[in-house]
Amino acid sequence: MNAIIGQPVSRVDGPAKVTGHATYAAEFDLPGLVHAAMVVAPIPRGHIRSVDTAAAERAPGVLAILTHENAPRLPYHQIPQRPQVDAQSGEQLHVLQDAEVRFNGQPVAVAVAETLEQAVHAAELVRIDYARTPALTIFDPARGRPPSEGNVKAGRVPELGRGEAEAALAAAPVRVEARYTHPREHHNAIEPHVTIAHWEGEHLTLYDKTQWVDNDRKEIAHVFGIPEERIRVVSPFVGGAFGSALRTWPHVTLAAMAAQRVGRPVRLELTRRQLYTSIGFRPHSEQHVALGATKDGRLSALKHEVIQQVGRYEEYAETVLSPTSHLYSCPNLLARYRLVEMDTNSPCPMRAPGVVTGVLGLEMAMDELAVELNIDPLELRLRNYAETDEQKGLPWSSKELRACYATAAERFGWSRRRPEPRSMREGDQLVGYGMATAIYHSDRSAATASVALTGNGGAVVRSASSDMGPGTYTSMTQVAAETLGLPLEQVRFELGDTNLPYAPVHGGSVTMASLGNAIVAACGAAQKKLADLARAAQQGPFSGLPSEAVAFHGGGLARADGSGSVVPYAELLRQHNLGWLEAEGSAQPGEETKKYSSAAFGAVFVEVRVDEALGTVRVPRIIGAYDVGRVINPKTARSQCIGGMVGGLGMALEERADWDARFGRVMNANLAEYLVPVNADIGVTEAIFVPNDDRNFNPLGVKGLAEVAICGVAPAIANAVWHATGRRIRQLPITPDVLL
Amino acid sequence: MPPEPAQSFAVTLRVNGQSFETEIDARTTLLDALRDRLHLTGTKKGCALGQCGACTVLLDGKRVVSCLMLAAMAEGREVTTIEGLARGDELHPVQAAFVEHDAFQCGYCTPGQIMSAVGAIREGRAGSDDEIREQLSGNLCRCGAYANIVAAVRDAATREA
Repeated sequence: MNAIIGQPVSRVDGPAKVTGHATYAAEFDLPGLVHAAMVVAPIPRGHIRSVDTAAAERAPGVLAILTHENAPRLPYHQIPQRPQVDAQSGEQLHVLQDAEVRFNGQPVAVAVAETLEQAVHAAELVRIDYARTPALTIFDPARGRPPSEGNVKAGRVPELGRGEAEAALAAAPVRVEARYTHPREHHNAIEPHVTIAHWEGEHLTLYDKTQWVDNDRKEIAHVFGIPEERIRVVSPFVGGAFGSALRTWPHVTLAAMAAQRVGRPVRLELTRRQLYTSIGFRPHSEQHVALGATKDGRLSALKHEVIQQVGRYEEYAETVLSPTSHLYSCPNLLARYRLVEMDTNSPCPMRAPGVVTGVLGLEMAMDELAVELNIDPLELRLRNYAETDEQKGLPWSSKELRACYATAAERFGWSRRRPEPRSMREGDQLVGYGMATAIYHSDRSAATASVALTGNGGAVVRSASSDMGPGTYTSMTQVAAETLGLPLEQVRFELGDTNLPYAPVHGGSVTMASLGNAIVAACGAAQKKLADLARAAQQGPFSGLPSEAVAFHGGGLARADGSGSVVPYAELLRQHNLGWLEAEGSAQPGEETKKYSSAAFGAVFVEVRVDEALGTVRVPRIIGAYDVGRVINPKTARSQCIGGMVGGLGMALEERADWDARFGRVMNANLAEYLVPVNADIGVTEAIFVPNDDRNFNPLGVKGLAEVAICGVAPAIANAVWHATGRRIRQLPITPDVLL
Repeated sequence: MPPEPAQSFAVTLRVNGQSFETEIDARTTLLDALRDRLHLTGTKKGCALGQCGACTVLLDGKRVVSCLMLAAMAEGREVTTIEGLARGDELHPVQAAFVEHDAFQCGYCTPGQIMSAVGAIREGRAGSDDEIREQLSGNLCRCGAYANIVAAVRDAATREA
């Protein structure tokens, strides 16, 4: 058997990406394509008193100006089972359906013209008179309220816990208590969100930036009240998303509406500024953590309250309490989640939604407890190691976190750390070492794939999945090639099209655990179909044999006893006069969720250098070790992990939406003022995978790794800053002005 | 009031050694002309504000962000885009190194990173890891492939030297 799974193969779509030939959503060249530009509201709440589009309509090249006054009334049917990627309560923005303004940046008109320049110009000519009404633009934790029923049903619970946390905390010999905050953060994928909508009669094709073509189709079908079969969504390449393209945003509806009105294909690409209001973001959060422990460092009480901002027209909530519930062993635990309504566009999942937030507070508090106890931070984690998921009362399907701690600590040189803050220096720089644990729950969803064995000896594997960067094209090709016993080059994987078999959302680190197993099943189904034909044949080496007497290996069919030769797929197809043979396979979660709790784990160690004269923090090294189950492709997996480290560094030191409460607006809505890490900010980033193969969780043994890779990085950096400076900065990002 | 739009007019752009005559609006950026008129969509639009570097091309061999330049200003000059690097199926050394070192994930910033790297190497400004980091810091990679980008550029620079 040729081992292809586990090999660090280069991306199969690499050449297309480095030559500029990979086609992203904006780049489909349709005859007659015209352009749209949005007009957005400049007030946080109120209504439109009047609209004057006369000048805009007269501008050269203009085909239509759509406002709430002339836009079609759309049914916006409810989806019976609301997709998990949508806000679970309230009502999504019904774009151009009324005069109400619900947040600053809400689309209120769209100009359609022959060229982009003409559309942008026309949008500037639309005159709108607004009546402003009082708005909720201040984050006031006192207004916090529990998530509503829809979110609770979806697992975003207001409270969870066990034992008697209050009493145990009061009785604890050692206590720490602190508040942590992080600001609103934006995905800022480099590719803007964009949709090309093309109606041909009653059929709509959307070329869209999306992490889930099947759901995109479903959403637009419900918005427009048309059957899903009349919509096709195409999205072969996604230029980064990090959760921002999970759900279908109002601009997709606008593009389809505009295309219908002008009878031409329309492209609507959001500007960078619009990306701060027309899609979602990671919500601002404040959290309070109280830990009680015995003098030898065993947790006796854990209290954690997280308060986040939420929009008013719909309610997006996250699984912020998940890490607290099971990261450490603790008999008495109380976690609480509250939401503060504000007049803003709705937040949405951003890499490791909720979990990265919960881990941040918990892991910074654990560091404070370690100081209070005078115990090494790593040792404290080991003393409170959760052998089981104590909240669910289930064993882990697998957990190699101890190996993560040991491997990363060794590689990092953690033993060289002197415990006292400000005790390590190099030149005029203070040196700090910090660490944190990472966790992200592992999930899987139902998925379907097809496999076509082709006459040229290859195979084409298909599923409506997505590849926003982790390497789905490559890793799925590896899974199929290994399962079929074919060389990698003879297998092609196609994704990103609703014409392909159903795939679940490309998010939450579920893709390989879900679709990978469906591909294995589809390969098996195709092989069985071919073997059945060979056994039912009048003649040939397998004629009349029972199914257990034949087996596939080495790229073809052979007798199970090893006698005779291997007949390649192509030869079998030829013998049956078939150009190709196709079969579908599917996989879905089974009983494992009742028997086990599953999660990916990691241990992150960082070194910081603080220049006290300048207030700057540099991060020369981030070393992480991860238990993500089996690793299909160490090369692309490593890229995901080092990418998560970069994202975490941004969270710790750079990223912050500057919110102006007077206008309910992000003031730094661009990439020069909203800082993200650049190349010169990054030193050594190293990811190590500890061996594991979680067959309790799913047959492929993978756990998922995109989300866990960003968890733990920001608290590790903040903890290292404390170690370097002796200052506990509890508000992210830790910028020079804070340290000076 | 925004100014009245100018008339469209014909320009001749030299891109990757080929001449393209196209009708453009005076306000058309080089980036939009490349993508929407010439259908050379390898050059990416990330911010249209000169802040992300995704649209980096070479203009007479020097790195520029094509979103901050009007197409008309490129007339009579030689533009090199990502589509102009490979020779047939043979990737340019920087392109090959990016694949080998997995110097990208989503691939969207990649053409700009590669054009920046090609420019930096040609200018002799890719002599050390720190210099590469500095020279490529105008090209944002939100997937965070920076360590791999440095490895790829170092590798390609060494091979070309």
